[in-house]
Amino acid sequence: MSYPILTTLIFVPLAAAFLLMVLPMGQLAVRRFTLWTGFAEIALAIPLLTGFSLSEGGFQFVEHMEWVPQWGLSYSLAVDGISLLMVLLSVLLLPLTVLCSWTYIEKRIKEFHFCLLLMTAACVGVFAAMDLVLFYVFWEAMLIPMYLLIAVWGGPEKRYASIKFFLYTLAGSTLLLAAIVALYYQGGTFSIPELLGMHFPAEFQTWVFLAMALAFAIKVPMFPFHTWLPAAHVQAPAAGSVLLASVLLKMGTYGFLRFCLPICPDASQFFAPAMIAISVISIIYGGLVALGQNDIKRIIAYSSVAHMGFVTLGIFLFNQEGAQGAVMVMLNHGIVTGALFMMVGLVYERSHSRDLSDNLGLGKFMPAYMGFFGLFALSSFGFPGLNSFVGEALVLIAAFASDTVTGLIVIPGALLAAAYMLRLGLKMAWGRPASPKDKGWADLNKREWAYLAPLAVLVFYIGLAPGLTLRVITPSVDRMLQLYETKTRQTAQMEQQAPARPKLLALSETTEKGE
Amino acid sequence: MKFDILLVLPELALLLVAALLFVTTLMSRKSEDSLSCTAWLPVGALAVLGVSLLSLGRDGTLFSGTYRVDMLSQFFKAAIAAGFVITSMLVRRNGQVSDNDRPDYLMLLTISAWGLMLMSSAVDLITIYVAMEISSYSLYAAIPLRAQDKRAAEAGIKYIMFGALATALALYGYSWILAGQHTGMIAELAGKDWTWASSPLACTGLLLFLCGLFFKLALFPFHFWCPDVYQGTGNETAAFAATMPKLGAAAVLVRLAALLTPDLEITHVIAAFTAVSMTLGNLSALTQTDLKRMLGYSSVAHAGYLGLGIVSGTTGGLGAASFYALVYLLMNLACFWVVCQVAEDGENPTYTSLNGLHKKSPLLAFVLAVAAFALVGLPPTAGFMGKLFLLTSAWGAGYEWLVIVAVLNTAIAIYYYLSLVRHAYTEQSEQTEPAGETFTLGMGPRLAGAVMALSILLLGVAASPVYDLAVQAGTGLLR
Repeated sequence: MSYPILTTLIFVPLAAAFLLMVLPMGQLAVRRFTLWTGFAEIALAIPLLTGFSLSEGGFQFVEHMEWVPQWGLSYSLAVDGISLLMVLLSVLLLPLTVLCSWTYIEKRIKEFHFCLLLMTAACVGVFAAMDLVLFYVFWEAMLIPMYLLIAVWGGPEKRYASIKFFLYTLAGSTLLLAAIVALYYQGGTFSIPELLGMHFPAEFQTWVFLAMALAFAIKVPMFPFHTWLPAAHVQAPAAGSVLLASVLLKMGTYGFLRFCLPICPDASQFFAPAMIAISVISIIYGGLVALGQNDIKRIIAYSSVAHMGFVTLGIFLFNQEGAQGAVMVMLNHGIVTGALFMMVGLVYERSHSRDLSDNLGLGKFMPAYMGFFGLFALSSFGFPGLNSFVGEALVLIAAFASDTVTGLIVIPGALLAAAYMLRLGLKMAWGRPASPKDKGWADLNKREWAYLAPLAVLVFYIGLAPGLTLRVITPSVDRMLQLYETKTRQTAQMEQQAPARPKLLALSETTEKGE
Repeated sequence: MKFDILLVLPELALLLVAALLFVTTLMSRKSEDSLSCTAWLPVGALAVLGVSLLSLGRDGTLFSGTYRVDMLSQFFKAAIAAGFVITSMLVRRNGQVSDNDRPDYLMLLTISAWGLMLMSSAVDLITIYVAMEISSYSLYAAIPLRAQDKRAAEAGIKYIMFGALATALALYGYSWILAGQHTGMIAELAGKDWTWASSPLACTGLLLFLCGLFFKLALFPFHFWCPDVYQGTGNETAAFAATMPKLGAAAVLVRLAALLTPDLEITHVIAAFTAVSMTLGNLSALTQTDLKRMLGYSSVAHAGYLGLGIVSGTTGGLGAASFYALVYLLMNLACFWVVCQVAEDGENPTYTSLNGLHKKSPLLAFVLAVAAFALVGLPPTAGFMGKLFLLTSAWGAGYEWLVIVAVLNTAIAIYYYLSLVRHAYTEQSEQTEPAGETFTLGMGPRLAGAVMALSILLLGVAASPVYDLAVQAGTGLLR
């Protein structure tokens, strides 16, 4: 490794954000500067792709530096197959969000792009952090720019939406902080790789799991903690919605996968039925509510609740297909839902309304727009050959492999996705406008093509050739599951040795270390 | 014993500033002179800070062992000096103090700061008491100085009455400690048994003595004065009273923590006070509209957070408490700095006074946002690091329940701190006349604001060196 790639990916947008605020720049210069920073960020991320070893399931591109040695805090970064994809997605979205905001954002341009750059840095940091406190720092740091994106550039109800978003997510993550402190005292370290190797007492795991799971469940968001999401999505500007859907929600599922499963395996196993039930409710509930919406953004927002339900379901099935599917859905939802939110922003710029009835019959004069929209909508409900199909199919296979009843309950959820997406797509393409106003809106321009085309290419690429993505994911997913299985097996063995004692009591007295 | 003057250079430097102000009070009684003849004060305060920083490594004992110069005292003296630099810039232009009174007012605050410096070195209970009174008496006189405002008189009376009560309790407690343990020296007291069963008299005495310090810190149940006094006194005086005395109290509490171990009854009582203080302070702050009153209640909550480090009774905990005291000074001063700048007319600002602040002054809005997020404990600010150290130390000492209470309280606090940022960044100002559109800040205040905001951020990302100093300060105090 020639240079600290991950640090660069965090500090380049940070430095750019600082320069943006310091240097006197006009509006166009600000946009161009951020766009070029985004391209530079992508170029800087290329060595991550080329240098990543597909055969290794462990952490790669490790960077380590002491931070607060008195408490054992370190500035430690690395990626495995799961976080690599999330880092790449975060990096890819920077220039795309700049492009989709080019004419959408007209006030306080400098501050807006400042927030975008900060968000990118924080998102890369969250997925690359190998120290729990560092993870928490990035986790919380992205709250402020996201809050401002909604509160300053949002819609008419932005105040309500932004406060709700901030309060929900921060209140949840304060318990995450308590869990981090508890893990430090139990494990003696904040280092994530070291903590992954430890086996904690079951009772301790239970409390840590509950504290972490609440923070992650709010972020995902899982039913019934999802109420902040539709409000935030609807009110946020297009770029805000894209970042929210594509990256922020993934932080919750990433947390489940990275921390809950391997660090609290017994508690994960104990709570799995509840988590699966909530996931299934999220899928069905999200789909049903999406079906009844008339606000396009709200439809996509509720569809996110359903899609993220697939992710948590896949995670808590504890089998390879489930975990693979979960990561695939994380990635694909990031691509497709991000694209759909861009498309909503795009039509909103023309109609100044997100109401479905104001955006009917676009197929007549915006064929290219509807082409892209159709593609992303098809992908969103898991049309075979497109990217989302792969992840959802894997989760469904895993669900049936785990329990037929679960699989059978989830199937209607997948069908609901087809129903609300087809309803949306058909009405937008061929619906008859209520008032016969002339809607001669221009079709996609070059800039709009520029940010939709890369996402469309990814939709086809991952959908038709999911092999490479799966090869990136599989070793890391296997390693996580291996950690989980080893630890739960150890617990089972200990339980057999002391059958007369209550499970939690017996386990709370021992702390074992080891892989 | 040889008197080494170098040991008390920071105190002497600050006393010299007070003496020069005294001379000024005698020389200038003309209104046009009062601002210009105190123009040197921030420079003098900076010099005191320089001397305090240079004296960081000094070590020794004076006045028959009652006055200890060590890492802890020097750390807090430097923090007090830093706070005095900022407050001196703020209070010098206090428009609510009549021009004739200005030099006297500044002298009183300087003497109060001097008393706080003495508190941080006092290692004998009666010396602590005397130092505390030096600091308090000056503030008793300074708080009612708010031109033609009845609220100031009320605030002054409340501060004096509550202060007198706390003083009486502290003195009464001292007599009980003396009766029970036969010494007032902290080092000797640290070797005594502080279990309730073996020395109930001394334990009660210590609790009563601590009440005096809790008054300074505005910790439950001695917090009642705090919101009323902040609301009643002038904005600039409130900035001083809300921050500086807390440092002195924190220094003494860290020293007295040598007497407290996590399994003692007294420690449990303090832990309970800490928990109630956090909860009551935060819940009360939620309903406030007056910014200074909100900050008053929030300081009650922060006194509780500080208590986390004290009750943990470990080196890490004491270091965390010292670190947080410094961080709190910066965060709260930054908030009050904005309050003072926003309320140019000297009136008490409300949340709506902050509307559209980002347009009127991006710097003020930025400093306010940094301070508010730091007070919440959001990374990457120093407030987060301070809270992390405190929570970690309390958990390690077996106060898991207290950590959970603190964490839940952080969640409550989010709302009212976020309101500050919301009003500054997302609300539009109702004022349309040109005068309401911008704030014109001088170079000094701008520099002070920028330095505070950057310090809060810098202490968040690079906390290690300062925390190291704080831990060194805590080391050696424990048995």
